[in-house]
Amino acid sequence: MSTASPTLVVDALRIVGVPSMASIIDQLTLEVHPGEILGVVGESGSGKTTLGLSLLNYCKEGTKVDGGSVSIHDHDLAALNWRQVRELRGRTVAYIPQSPASALNPALRVGTQLRECLPGDPAAVLGRVREVLREVALPDDDEFLSRYPHQLSGGQQQRVAIAMAFTARPALIVMDEPTTGLDVSTQEHVLHTVREMCKTYDCAAVYISHDMAVVAELADRIAVMYSGRIVEIGRTADVLDHPSHPYTSRLLLAVPDLDAVRPMVGIPGNAPSPMARPQGCAFAPRCPIADSGCKVSPPEATDVGEGHSVRCFKAGTPLPPAHARPQRQRSVRTDGDKPVIDISGLKAGYGKFTVLEDINLSVYSGDCVALLGESGSGKTTLSRCIAGLHHNFTGGLELSGEPLATSSFKRTREQRRRVQYIFQNPYESLNPRRTVEELILQPVLAVRGKVKNSRDIVATALERASLRPDHARRYPDQLSGGERQRVAIARALATEPEVLICDEITSALDVSVQSSLVDLLRGLQAEMGLTLLFITHNIALVRNIAQQVAVLERGRIVEFGDVADIFDNPQHDYTRSLMSATPNFQLPSQVYAAEPNGVAL
Amino acid sequence: MSRKGGGGMSRMLFRRSLFGLFTLWVVSIVVFLATQALPGDAAQAILGREATPERLAALRAQLHLGGSLPEQYFSWLGHVVTFNMGSSLASGNPVLDTIGPMVLNSTVLMFASAVIAIPLAIVIGTWSALKKDTAMDHVTGVVTLVMASLPEFVVGVLLVLLLSTGLLHLFPAVFVQIPGEHVWSHPDQLALPVLTLVLAVSPYIIRIMRATMLEVLDSQYVQQARLKGLPERTVIWRHAIPNAIGPVAQVIALQLAWLIGGVVIVEYLFRFPGIGFELIDSVTNRDLPVIQALVIIIALFYVIVNLLADVVTLAVNPKVRTAQ
Repeated sequence: MSTASPTLVVDALRIVGVPSMASIIDQLTLEVHPGEILGVVGESGSGKTTLGLSLLNYCKEGTKVDGGSVSIHDHDLAALNWRQVRELRGRTVAYIPQSPASALNPALRVGTQLRECLPGDPAAVLGRVREVLREVALPDDDEFLSRYPHQLSGGQQQRVAIAMAFTARPALIVMDEPTTGLDVSTQEHVLHTVREMCKTYDCAAVYISHDMAVVAELADRIAVMYSGRIVEIGRTADVLDHPSHPYTSRLLLAVPDLDAVRPMVGIPGNAPSPMARPQGCAFAPRCPIADSGCKVSPPEATDVGEGHSVRCFKAGTPLPPAHARPQRQRSVRTDGDKPVIDISGLKAGYGKFTVLEDINLSVYSGDCVALLGESGSGKTTLSRCIAGLHHNFTGGLELSGEPLATSSFKRTREQRRRVQYIFQNPYESLNPRRTVEELILQPVLAVRGKVKNSRDIVATALERASLRPDHARRYPDQLSGGERQRVAIARALATEPEVLICDEITSALDVSVQSSLVDLLRGLQAEMGLTLLFITHNIALVRNIAQQVAVLERGRIVEFGDVADIFDNPQHDYTRSLMSATPNFQLPSQVYAAEPNGVAL
Repeated sequence: MSRKGGGGMSRMLFRRSLFGLFTLWVVSIVVFLATQALPGDAAQAILGREATPERLAALRAQLHLGGSLPEQYFSWLGHVVTFNMGSSLASGNPVLDTIGPMVLNSTVLMFASAVIAIPLAIVIGTWSALKKDTAMDHVTGVVTLVMASLPEFVVGVLLVLLLSTGLLHLFPAVFVQIPGEHVWSHPDQLALPVLTLVLAVSPYIIRIMRATMLEVLDSQYVQQARLKGLPERTVIWRHAIPNAIGPVAQVIALQLAWLIGGVVIVEYLFRFPGIGFELIDSVTNRDLPVIQALVIIIALFYVIVNLLADVVTLAVNPKVRTAQ
């Protein structure tokens, strides 16, 4: 660790909601030194974004600081007046937002938004802007500066956001999930840029993410947040090699493994909301080793190694084995089997614009076929064609040998029943004015007309999706993201389909929730004999769920085969580049070797 | 991805202009059918039962009432597009000479109201959004709601009681035109009609401005602008307002279009010599050519105002501006 004085010191910070006074962040203490990147990891609702914003003396509406302090270069932010706060922001501390598409002003040119970061002589400012643009590998000419954000790609937008943050040579950079929503290759470029820029400017950085794999690649130290507190903090290698908090261990196991030697296990349950945090250790309700002592009062931070501290009464106690289902990596079909879905020579587009061409794909009963590709590769269009949501296509599409009409309106009820679709974003795909029960019954009523045993159908669907019976009476906004997606799965299962199309169903959710959903789908596949079409951009996920994979690049399938073969011996350059761009997150074997049953592969 | 914009924009404007012309054409048919081609005899309707056959025949000739309906329509349309609207039946002067000064007067009235109402409403709406949930915001909310629900003649009468005849005696209650002078030579006479119209159109603009502004202020790019350490003034004027103005422009256009209808009542109330006053006059006199000309002019005004709103909405949206 650097001996220089720390850039950022957060001491016993407490931030509460107004007017509930429920604590969003509590007893939060950390330091970041110049040139150091601190990764802050946590699920949604853990308070990590609130923490990030508080470092710029910014409180979201309905929150306020209720104790403790944030100091940068020994200046307490709370003591600054408005003018000083304004000068602090952007100059001393800069912020890189989660979604550059919404954080760049759509009505202003890129150049305007970059130049306004710096005061002073316009010519000098412009020179500096060009310099930073070159550093993040963007064009620095006037043509680029006069573009609007919508004329840039997602990766370029994020680089502009990074350039914006570094323009004023800040001492501290706060990054809030800057790669969420980007393709892996773009993510790799962005992470590389961030690392280089921090090194060039000897700048302290706080990198907030829910994805342990990304943080592990980038950060010097890791702080794991749960329910508004740091439950474990230490050097990256220490935290990864010797995770001492049960939550950290479980979070590590939730990351999909590109090599599939380690099981991918979710964390059951949900993080408590700030309004309903338990009295004792906040993780106790989900913790496999918690006892009654954990539920009395929250644990204090204790050191378990040099610069490695943890908030757990049972730090270091080995966890009981986590059970993961064995995972087939090959198709089960035998000669003479007929495919459930057979696509031949499919071509699809929007207007004159062709998105998919020459698609041939056969999906056999009981298999999970992953459609892997980056944004714009046409994977969602293909799944929408199969579901009858996108009509503008030609070519053969058969369901168990019967040709399917292009539009779902022209398909028979039976055909519609057999193919069900789960959408990407559970925050948008569930009607907020209907209860879970009504949502689940809707497709049933649509394909079967009136049903007598509606209660049974709902109960069965909920059970299959690992939801409680009392969820039936709730509305979507009373559910967490993971629960919502389970409702979407229950809704799709209610019609007893044969084919389930899952369109990026985990990409809007936390890694820990993603693992539980993947586990659920695997179980459904095994128990109900479902055929799955799993659309994703995450190559590590493919290896943990699918038996076969079709790699899509610019509207064509460039590689298709059994997962085992393709991962061991990728043939196409594009597949190889996808694999090399993905952070290969490997844990030392002792983290999971203590769980002999867990690695039953 | 080229920056050489304008292509999308001018194409769009051309299309909208065509739509505008189409609208005017439809209006012309409606006006023609409603005034001239009504069942029965227009000349008889105008002159009444005691009309002599000679006068009826003369009026029919003057109104081009001979021939089939399409023939009549196209001959009438030909006169309209060549600005030859005939002569007023009441005064005998050419229609355009009669209504020309009135159109000018009304334009002055509406322009003055718009120039005051629009910036004022945008500022109050923005301010109200910035002070969300404070006492002043609530007061603004209640006041605009009350104003929006009062008909403009009630507002006008209240203003007259308050500022002219009752409480204070600041402005004259009616407009007295001195022949040979322009209406704007006596700004004190304009005050009450303008104020009435401002109070009538502002509440809607204030409310929509507040609503859009709240949405924009809640956006990530405004948060990011604040986190960049920009002065609040820059955040509001450079980052927030250009993004809020698009939807507001549409409401402003609707309000301005409404203004020309509202102006009829307000002009009558204050005896202001504008198109509204003239319209009521000519309806009373059954002065067919003047009514036709005024209705066409009002329709033209609608079309132009909506076209302008589209231009503003498109101009503040770079996605449209830069589209090829």
